[in-house]
Amino acid sequence: MSPPAVLRAAPATVPAGRRPPRIHRRRTSLFARGEPFVWLAGGALVLAAGMIAGLLLLVLYRGGATFWPRPLDEFRLLDGSVVLGEVAARESHRLAAHEIESLAPAVRARLREARGESSRTLVRTGNFELTDTHFRWVEDHLVAAHDRPEWALTVERMAWGRFYGTPRAYRVDGETVAVGPAAAWSAFAADHGGALARGRERRRLEKDGLGRLNQEIEACRLAVRAAELEHGPGSSEHARAQGELADKERDVERQAAAIRARIAALEAENARCELVLSTADGEEKALPPAEIVRAYPANRLDLAGKLSIYASRGWEYLTAAPREANSEGGVFPAIFGTVAMTFLMSVVVVPFGVLAALYLREYARQGIVVSLVRIAVNNLAGVPSIVFGVFGLGLFCYIVGASIDQLLFAANLPNPTYGKGGILWASLTLALLTLPVVIVATEEALAAVPSSMREGSYACGATKWQAIRRIVLPRAAPGIMAGAILAIARGAGEVAPLMVVGAVKLAPALPIDGRAPFLHPERSFMHLGFHIYDLGFQSQNSEAAKPMVYTTTLLLIAIVVLLNLAAIRVRARLRRKFHGVAF
Amino acid sequence: MQTRSSSSAPPPDTTSSRPSIPGPPIAGATHGRRIAARTLFAAGQTAELPPTTVHEAVRREAPVLEIEDLHLWYGDAPALHSITMACAKGKVTALIGPSGCGKSTLLRCVNRMNDLIDSVRIEGGMRLNGQSIYGPGVDVIELRKRVGMVFQKPNPFPMSVFENVVYPLRIDGERRRAVLEEACERSLRAAGLWDEVKDRLPSSALSLSGGQQQRLCIARAIAAEPEVLLLDEPCSALDPIATERIEQLIDELKGTYSILIVTHNMQQASRTSDYTAFLYLGRLVEYGPTEAIFLQPRRPETENYVTGRFG
Repeated sequence: MSPPAVLRAAPATVPAGRRPPRIHRRRTSLFARGEPFVWLAGGALVLAAGMIAGLLLLVLYRGGATFWPRPLDEFRLLDGSVVLGEVAARESHRLAAHEIESLAPAVRARLREARGESSRTLVRTGNFELTDTHFRWVEDHLVAAHDRPEWALTVERMAWGRFYGTPRAYRVDGETVAVGPAAAWSAFAADHGGALARGRERRRLEKDGLGRLNQEIEACRLAVRAAELEHGPGSSEHARAQGELADKERDVERQAAAIRARIAALEAENARCELVLSTADGEEKALPPAEIVRAYPANRLDLAGKLSIYASRGWEYLTAAPREANSEGGVFPAIFGTVAMTFLMSVVVVPFGVLAALYLREYARQGIVVSLVRIAVNNLAGVPSIVFGVFGLGLFCYIVGASIDQLLFAANLPNPTYGKGGILWASLTLALLTLPVVIVATEEALAAVPSSMREGSYACGATKWQAIRRIVLPRAAPGIMAGAILAIARGAGEVAPLMVVGAVKLAPALPIDGRAPFLHPERSFMHLGFHIYDLGFQSQNSEAAKPMVYTTTLLLIAIVVLLNLAAIRVRARLRRKFHGVAF
Repeated sequence: MQTRSSSSAPPPDTTSSRPSIPGPPIAGATHGRRIAARTLFAAGQTAELPPTTVHEAVRREAPVLEIEDLHLWYGDAPALHSITMACAKGKVTALIGPSGCGKSTLLRCVNRMNDLIDSVRIEGGMRLNGQSIYGPGVDVIELRKRVGMVFQKPNPFPMSVFENVVYPLRIDGERRRAVLEEACERSLRAAGLWDEVKDRLPSSALSLSGGQQQRLCIARAIAAEPEVLLLDEPCSALDPIATERIEQLIDELKGTYSILIVTHNMQQASRTSDYTAFLYLGRLVEYGPTEAIFLQPRRPETENYVTGRFG
């Protein structure tokens, strides 16, 4: 084919004698080459990654260091007083002129030379019942001497916070059996295990023994109330139930007396021994070993000793219930509550979301209504989570829960059973909250199933439902799992809605336990996220709770990562099934 | 509008029973597909094309599939225009023609896959072994079980080789292991895949090679013993070796199954088919024995196409 006429004629269009206009080609500019944008994009990524890594490292360091036994420092001040405790923080500050004026001349001269710059140390001094404070700032320029006394003990107690002091003596039945730090310490160490075991036995008797008896009486009272509601007061059933209650009360009183006697015996046994400690100021204090959770001579510990303290505290943290307004002890109920709630939430939200997305994507005629629904679902993800909490409180607790109470637990009223916050309602509220995530992810996964698979299935004579169930859903399963992962991550870290639908500072019992009917979905529960909030902002001893905030954050992140890893494993297994899809 | 062969008498078995059944408005599924075919039909162009040329040899065959005056529109744009043809039982019939001429559309009419497209409207009749396909009260699901279909790209399902093959039986509710295993082996043997995959039946079908996957799709299509097998450009996504294997397979299946194959590749049509239909601009131009279509075409359009002058 010959070239088009226009091309051949082109030279003729330029008037003779004039050179054709030159096309100016500038050198490719920096912007056109895009070099700055590579740097911009890379910089943005580095910044984002840096922030995340920084946060994680901070949490990891502070959270991980919480349980490490710190040495005990003794500060002898210029005014003669002595401060003993763990160094919690240091900071530098500048003293005002009038503050410097009030100091001793030697100190004043030194400070003037430093132009008022000084530093101070926050010391955890404990001994709350003696000093009315847990922490104390020590101005470095007022310190006359600094020492680490060899036999200073860190004592973690059941109540009143920590105690710092030096063992002086060990008494049994009021008689001193050991004198001097080393002897008193070894006598205490020998007795401590037995005392702790008796303490545990006592608490078990209180909880399982007396608690069970209380429950039995409560059940009888409910039966009386139920008979009264059903047959009217004064009816024969009512009278019989009252009789049974009276019998039960007598029976329970007898059993309770036996249990109380055993408790008293244990307490008496535990009260026989005392460890006498002297504080840095020289005051003496006797502590019964049963009141002591853990004690160690902080400055005498070698590495193995420190590690064993670290491990023991870490283990207690993971497995025990909290003490001391949550600032000490463990967070097991919160771990349990978080995992149970997240699990319950996933069990609800995944099927519900998948069904909704299935209808939206596969069955509904794509049009303005479906678009509106889709927009609404997407916007639901932007509603503040506390709004979901309030909605859950109104719908689940006050309407659904109250109706359940009316129907099934009328005898309990006016005490609500389901008509208050509980783990079930919290899970349902969070399921609502995470529903958009699952719907959007599932819709995307369904849309990503190649239409050739659907056509192939239809061509085999499959109905729409068969194609969905056998081909589309399995193929979309990894994408659906990705949605579930996002929902879990979102749900496990959510706090605000939980505060109104059932998370509490301290739950007396777990939502699953050994008492019939074993599952108690109506119970309030503890949650790690709420625990963090409580430690950080509601704690009376907030300085002491601070390390626990980091540790609990670390734990919550670890649990979310763990849940995610589990879901990712499932997704990887599903994906492997579809390995080799090249089109 | 009726289309008659200009060179021969009308087919004796189809003239009497030609009620032009108006296609029901096809409601139902999903996302619309845009087909370029509409652009081919400029106003006035359709009227100028002469009617179908049908070779006499075709009429001597017993038909498995009869298409009677079939019209199809995508929305307002006509895509198939008055197609009338009968496909021979136990033989391979190839549909050839340039892109957008309506070959695949015609093929997808046989198992009513076009129902899945919202805008499609169909008029005319089609009968599979004497039973109407577009008549009122036809169960589409039952119909599709009588027709096997293999697509352009291999589309094995994301499950094991075994489950892929027995899928048509599974959705029929067959649970007896022995029946399923028997059907699986029979279909895989028929598709010439048994020796290659008999040791990896439980492994994923997606781990097979492209050619194996396409033969697996053929095995799946014949597992339910279909009355007619539709192949929609089955080799267009395959390499020459795999293509040769599939062509061999078509040759082996011939006789047992009636095959309708759409192909872009004229050599393939001439190698594999017994009869060839040439479609152009939504019309059936010429239909006859393959040899005759390729060596002595009666219509100039056919000659131009098969000799590579256009298309």
